[in-house]
Amino acid sequence: MKFAIIQFPGSNCDQDCLAALNGISGLQAEYVWHKKTSVDGFDAIVLPGGFSYGDYLRCGAIARFSPIMPSVVEEARQGTLVIGICNGFQILCEIGLLPGALVRNRSLHFVCEMVTTRVEVADSAFTHGCVQGALLRLPLAHGEGCFFADDATLRELNERRQIILRYATADGRVDASANPNGSLENVAGICNREGNVFGLMPHPDRAREMRLGSADGLRIFESMIKSIESSRAQAA
Amino acid sequence: MKMKVLVTPKAAVLDPQGAAVRDAMQHLGMPEVRSVRIGKFLEIEIEDNAPDWETRFNGLCRDLLSNPVIEDYQVQGMEKAK
Repeated sequence: MKFAIIQFPGSNCDQDCLAALNGISGLQAEYVWHKKTSVDGFDAIVLPGGFSYGDYLRCGAIARFSPIMPSVVEEARQGTLVIGICNGFQILCEIGLLPGALVRNRSLHFVCEMVTTRVEVADSAFTHGCVQGALLRLPLAHGEGCFFADDATLRELNERRQIILRYATADGRVDASANPNGSLENVAGICNREGNVFGLMPHPDRAREMRLGSADGLRIFESMIKSIESSRAQAA
Repeated sequence: MKMKVLVTPKAAVLDPQGAAVRDAMQHLGMPEVRSVRIGKFLEIEIEDNAPDWETRFNGLCRDLLSNPVIEDYQVQGMEKAK
């Protein structure tokens, strides 16, 4: 199974993603430079964290016009799993594969800490290795992670069960005290309507073994692998 | 041609920078300040030979220079470059 990790100028979690994914047996991850025009032939696509194009203008605003992106959009339309982590989430919103936007943290501070997220939808392609309400401890590191969407979009995200992860307290309550950045309704990660494109601000790539403080990030990647295996089995 | 583009956060979008500046102004002798919104101002010099430059320019104001989910933009004014 092959995962592509798109490298933009200013990506800085590409190596974290590579290490996390290549640590999973049977999985092979490789870099794809953003100037390439095709990301064909991969089972999943990862847009890693970082500061693509220095976050100039808006986070992800320039990266979304990279030559590789039309191919990412095309693969997403065909059902390939796409995960955007942190800056990758911002890029997915900028290009319109995910609704809403990520704006400056309400506190104006760059937040860099371990947080607890609650799995709101346990049958998504990215979380079905978890039970409903499972708590994942994942690290955050961002200045612009405050999720915003207008009322209609937010309602639709709720109704269609597209809010996959919310920030929660250590005992699983979703409240203002657990919200690190001011995101509406504590949104930490959402998927598209079709369920194959997922964006989240926390870093599963940096939670791949207990030495790093948590191995919960692997559950997201392992869910993706299971989803790909089961869709392959269905196709066969 | 010199174009000026003003990008401002939509009313519904929280602007914590603006709120911080409002508080500072109130503390620094301007209690009258009701609100501050912070956006971006872009000055752009353009060779205006091609007949369709304005169409392409407006397209990029919408797609690149602003994000319609969170921002509004206006092309504020233009002057012939000297």
